[in-house]
Amino acid sequence: MNVKRLTARILASAVALFASTASVLAQTAPGSMPEPGGLWLLPAASEQAQRINDFNFDLLIIITIITVFVFVLMFYVMWRFREKANPVPSKVTHNFALEVVWTLTPVFILIGIGWVSLPLLYWQDQVPETDMAIHVTGNQWNWTYSYPDHGDIELTANVIPDATFVNASDRAAAEAELSSFLGWPAQLNARLLDTDYRVVLPVDTKIKVQLTASDVLHAWTVPAFGVKLDAVPGRLNETWFEANQTGVFYGQCSELCGKDHAFMPIAVEVVSKEQFARWVELQGGTITAEADAPTLGR
Amino acid sequence: MAHENPTGWKRWLFSTNHKDIGVMYLWFAFIAGMIGFGMSGLIRMELMNPGVDVIPSVFGMTEDQARHMFNVLTTGHGLIMVFFMVMPALIGGFGNYFVPLMIGAPDMAFPRMNNISFWLMPPAFILLLLSTFVEGPSGMNGFGGGWTAYAPLSTSGHPGPSMDLAIFSLHVAGASSIMGAINYITTIFNMRAPGMTMHKMPLFSWSILITAFLLVLSLPVLAGAITMLLTDRNFGTTFFDPAGGGDPILFQHLFWFFGHPEVYIMILPAFGIVSHIVSTFSKKPIFGYLGMAYAMAAIGFIGFVVWAHHMYTVGLDVDTKAYFVAATMVIAVPTGVKIFSWIATMWGGSIRYTVPMLYAIAFILLFTLGGVTGVVLSNAGADVALHDTYYVVAHFHYVLSLGAVFAIFAGLYYWVGKMSGKQYPERLAQLQFWITFIGVNMIFFPQHFLGLQGMPRRYVDYPDAMAYWNQISSYGYLVTLGGVVLFILVMAMTLFKRQKDCADNPWGEGATTLEWSLSSPPPFHQFNELPQIK
Repeated sequence: MNVKRLTARILASAVALFASTASVLAQTAPGSMPEPGGLWLLPAASEQAQRINDFNFDLLIIITIITVFVFVLMFYVMWRFREKANPVPSKVTHNFALEVVWTLTPVFILIGIGWVSLPLLYWQDQVPETDMAIHVTGNQWNWTYSYPDHGDIELTANVIPDATFVNASDRAAAEAELSSFLGWPAQLNARLLDTDYRVVLPVDTKIKVQLTASDVLHAWTVPAFGVKLDAVPGRLNETWFEANQTGVFYGQCSELCGKDHAFMPIAVEVVSKEQFARWVELQGGTITAEADAPTLGR
Repeated sequence: MAHENPTGWKRWLFSTNHKDIGVMYLWFAFIAGMIGFGMSGLIRMELMNPGVDVIPSVFGMTEDQARHMFNVLTTGHGLIMVFFMVMPALIGGFGNYFVPLMIGAPDMAFPRMNNISFWLMPPAFILLLLSTFVEGPSGMNGFGGGWTAYAPLSTSGHPGPSMDLAIFSLHVAGASSIMGAINYITTIFNMRAPGMTMHKMPLFSWSILITAFLLVLSLPVLAGAITMLLTDRNFGTTFFDPAGGGDPILFQHLFWFFGHPEVYIMILPAFGIVSHIVSTFSKKPIFGYLGMAYAMAAIGFIGFVVWAHHMYTVGLDVDTKAYFVAATMVIAVPTGVKIFSWIATMWGGSIRYTVPMLYAIAFILLFTLGGVTGVVLSNAGADVALHDTYYVVAHFHYVLSLGAVFAIFAGLYYWVGKMSGKQYPERLAQLQFWITFIGVNMIFFPQHFLGLQGMPRRYVDYPDAMAYWNQISSYGYLVTLGGVVLFILVMAMTLFKRQKDCADNPWGEGATTLEWSLSSPPPFHQFNELPQIK
């Protein structure tokens, strides 16, 4: 990783050159991010996330109807059968038909939910022919990424410390470092979400993520891609996604991993395929024909 | 009587009396509950604003130590509330006191085992508290691996002796609970009064019976799992270490095979209490009694076959996940039966809104809310977005903190007159209910939004955008704190300030179970002549 940092520094001068072509390499805007008072799932940037969001919305409607029904029923009973209004209680303790109805109705609702839920589950699980892969390793407390299809590019992403956001010159230095690593201007967007280096990935490309951990459990999560998977020592877990828009997308470690659990975020910068190729070149990696050919894939 | 009633410290330390032991369990749960509630206060205050500043200033430690301390607090809060507050209160406390009374038995089947069941709890609790003062991860004190204690964070991640103490604590608490469970099963099967068939038995006894079976079947699995942790940590075994052919996921399967029944262990007695209260204050027998009893049995059974829904993101294969989705959703059916039966019990009733009834109604409503978010989470497909976020925290606090704990409050107000002979002050207790009700909803409802926005659980600090709901949640804690202080005041007034004496049956025609046929408080030994149930 240090070698990579060094490479990045050596190539820093190249950034000036790149800056002249900044018109094509405009700074990547932040993708979906949490917002103050936010009420709902983050906007999707992949089909998986879109389907998850849609399904969650369907579920929200169903559970809202059920909750409102129970609450209204309860409030009606509370009002109608209060002691004053109904001094003599009824003696009814059984109603077979009613009991059958309130047993079977939930069954049908659940079958309805399962009807949508299980196909989504199976759809999420299939890993299609992917265009490229990244290896992700969770460590206490950072993430190491490598690009097996692009030479031996490897990077470790650490959280940007709070102090960097406070001190303007530190911030400028961190942004400069990140820009030189990326090869295009970058800015930090949010405390505890930004990392010193970012995972750079091409848009509209099916990406396989292979996950493991070096010490304890971690979980690699990017809500906008609909991805959350545990990194387990001694196991290789696999998932995939295809980002359908460019931007910087954030996630946070989602399995308790010790004291800095909250301080190992995930920052993924999704760029155009051309820009990605240029970044790979900058990192001294190689673009294989399959990995780069935009026409390939299913 | 052949022997005299013991007095002074001997009465309590050597107690074989189910009522005295029940009362000790309740006091124990109260003390543990205050500590657990204090821990959640530190958690909420730390999360009120972005940055890590409250814990460092409270404990006088560096930010690094504070980050670990936060994990110690969440771990301690979870373990204390589960093992040392909710279980002792519902099962040890109300179970001990009221199961023999309700089934017309003079005492528990094994009074001396009952004594040791209780007296194992304080040492277990002390072991857990001690664990926070000895080294966990190198250079820092306490175990911060969550109440779930997932390996390898609980093995190689915490090399110090802190985790070992926590393991021993759970061993001892588990032994206590298993003995308690054996006692309940034997008592309920063998000591019911003549004429009290299983199908005439009060629902609270049913709930404790089913809970006892869950305890006997699930706690040994936890004991095995944490023993494996212990040997992995100290004796070089590698059950959960891939380097020696073990698997960290194995621990999760074992843990949740215990852990899922455990959540029903906490909620089933609550169901029992709520059934009694709803029936009493509606002045009607419970609607669909058999359905209610067998719904609990069904929930208990299904509770054993759904454990991996806590593990949707570990990398399970898709067919496994599909099974657990289907099995988990099935639980909604018997739960729905219970909710609707409670409402049907109230239907046509003549409802009196005393404090226990207010808590019971709030329980039904809030448990419904926590239940429907459970249906959302049961779908592995949707869970990808919500797993390990605050949505989950909101969900299980709605069913436990606003469910089980509300049932404890309900039970206390319902039975405190019976237990102490003094009735609680009604107006003040109603105020206590409303403050608590508003407070806890303020804490936990916004956490749904945090979870949807992607805030992970067990985070000491969060991106600034998440400050909005976190702050409201923390203000909710302060409101709840007011409710808890008022609760202490109400209980102190009930017990220590002259209140009006509680009649044998203060609740009138609706209260039909046997404990209301006795004096308030009941005699030291009751049912010297067994009651005949028609």
